[in-house]
Amino acid sequence: MKYLPLLFAALMRKKTRTLLTLLSVAAAFALFGMLDAVRVAFNAPQSVIGIDRLITSSRLSLIQPLPYADLARIQSTPGVKAVTYASWFGGIYQDPKNFFPNFPVEPESYLDMYPELVLPQAQRQAFLKTRTGAIVGQGLADLHGWKVGDKIPLRPTIYPHRDGGEVWTFDLVGIFKAAQPELRASEKQLLFHHTAFDEGREIGQGTVGWYIVRVEDASQADRIAQAIDRQFANSAFETRTQSEREFQLSFAKQIGDIGLIVTAIMAAVFFTLVLLTGNTMAQSIRERIPELAVLKTLGFTNRAVLLLVMAEALVLLLLGGLIGLMLATLALPIIGEASSGQLDVAMRPESWLLGLGLMLGIGILVGLPPALKAMRLGIVDALAGR
Amino acid sequence: MRRRDAEQTGLNRRPKPMSDTIPSAQSGGPEPLVVIRAVSKVYERGRQRIEVLHHVDLDIPEGDFLALMGPSGSGKSTLLNMIAGLDLPTEGSLSVAGHRIDRMSSTELARWRAANVGFVFQFYNLLPALSAQKNVELPLLLTRLSAARRRRNAAIALDLVGLADRASHKPNELSGGQQQRVAIARAIVSDPTLLVCDEPTGDLDRHSAEEVLTLLQRLNREYGKTMIMVTHDPKAAEFAQRVLHLDKGVLVEQAGTSV
Ligand SMILES: Nc1ncnc2c1ncn2[C@@H]1O[C@H](COP(=O)(O)OP(=O)(O)O)[C@@H](O)[C@H]1O
Ligand SMILES: [Mg+2]
Repeated sequence: MKYLPLLFAALMRKKTRTLLTLLSVAAAFALFGMLDAVRVAFNAPQSVIGIDRLITSSRLSLIQPLPYADLARIQSTPGVKAVTYASWFGGIYQDPKNFFPNFPVEPESYLDMYPELVLPQAQRQAFLKTRTGAIVGQGLADLHGWKVGDKIPLRPTIYPHRDGGEVWTFDLVGIFKAAQPELRASEKQLLFHHTAFDEGREIGQGTVGWYIVRVEDASQADRIAQAIDRQFANSAFETRTQSEREFQLSFAKQIGDIGLIVTAIMAAVFFTLVLLTGNTMAQSIRERIPELAVLKTLGFTNRAVLLLVMAEALVLLLLGGLIGLMLATLALPIIGEASSGQLDVAMRPESWLLGLGLMLGIGILVGLPPALKAMRLGIVDALAGR
Repeated sequence: MRRRDAEQTGLNRRPKPMSDTIPSAQSGGPEPLVVIRAVSKVYERGRQRIEVLHHVDLDIPEGDFLALMGPSGSGKSTLLNMIAGLDLPTEGSLSVAGHRIDRMSSTELARWRAANVGFVFQFYNLLPALSAQKNVELPLLLTRLSAARRRRNAAIALDLVGLADRASHKPNELSGGQQQRVAIARAIVSDPTLLVCDEPTGDLDRHSAEEVLTLLQRLNREYGKTMIMVTHDPKAAEFAQRVLHLDKGVLVEQAGTSV
């Protein structure tokens, strides 16, 4: 503790340089904090809701439809409690950048399958009765200022309406809310009647995008998934049945392996950080050779000088790193907002721990070479400027 | 040399032994503080062999004020550095207060220096980011003194060199002479017996140089510090009790300029 003034003296020697170094360390760790939260959000274990749900889709591709006739066979598979289905419509509201998922579904069984979508009873009844009806999540309604009774036109990207109209128009009959705040992302969708979809489209009648299966016993989910897929093996429409979680991930993987992208970015950032702080440390020690020689002259041992330089590097990394992670903590809620709740991002203890490990690791990596140099410094030569 | 515990002594007024004649090892008096026997220092540069010191014998009694003179490159700093435990001889023996410092490891030497030697350099060598007070406290960081005692002892040392009112100043806010006096305060704060000064006035104007030399003389006379000072300047050497000349690595004793 009594060496603190020395540490302070070393860091304060070039205030601007120390400040800039701290800022770059903080920036790198702020980036780390945010990206790691994104990575964790993508890999986070799913909430318990949906643990007993499986998704059966085409083995070939997510966009390959399945025959409607599969419904009965899936339903009769032992261990299956309920089945419903949905399809990818891909309609656009006004502008492609307004993207949100919109699915034709079988209303009653779908809402039963997803109890976390909470809809007032009267609106539910209205949805079941109205063939041109649609329901949207609260988040989406807020975004576009929709109210029950509004007409919502969607421009098709895959399925032109057989009447030749440029748009499919739906009557908004209900607005649902997510049962839990962390499921807010599910408020960003629009659901409408499969029958209206099937009658209105020119192609693909008699097919659905995917089936959603509820199993009786979640612990048997894997076995049941295999049983379902076995029934369609060697058929024209082979299936792949996954847990809901895996299904969502395979969607995300169409964008790319988030974990890999994040790791690559972080590797580049930290590589730069090591070069930068390593260079700063080396320069700082070079300038302070006479001072270090004086310390040794006064009786500071080689080990003490080594530790002093190491401490300097570690203080820079830890101080800058903690500032950076705190900035990330402050910024993440804003990012979460910006993703309209699609990403549940927050600093988790794992990120803090990993960050701390990186601070120590980089601190040692950049501190050790100059520290060894300082330790080996010959007093007489250094004093004489040799 | 008695290993002084700064904890008890702080800065003690310790007049040097009452003797104007310097006892030598041969005359059977008390053992001199520094005993140098047949010390040589050789630098090998590639195939080149440079003998900087050649069989130097030297006794320095406790309480002496010795000036080392000689042309540039004659080996003055090299000899001084060896006496102070900063450098090791290639040959010969070197003992201070009975301790064979030529046989110590670098860690032992570091501890020994901290306890026994004060250093004053030509270019002051203060840490620029620290106040005068903190610079003077530096050597005390190596003792077990409490923070309060360190502050107090440093304040006493600064007062002794006449800079109590500059304690909070940074080196770049002080004149050269003032910086050198801070360096002297730093050299004496842990109450070492031996003070080594390498051209302490080499970078100072005449007036500041005299202030510094008077201070060194006072430390020798009133506080019993054994002084070894390397200097170019005959006027500076006049402040010493004894002047030795080094020429091409060989010691040449001159008439003692007893004051
Ligand atoms: N590490 C070293 N390598 C080679 N030569 C050295 C080294 N240190 C000192 N010398 C040489 O030793 C000689 C004496 O140096 P020094 O004791 O500093 O002289 P002075 O202090 O009397 O001017 C010089 O010629 C110097 O070049
Ligand atoms: Mg010299």
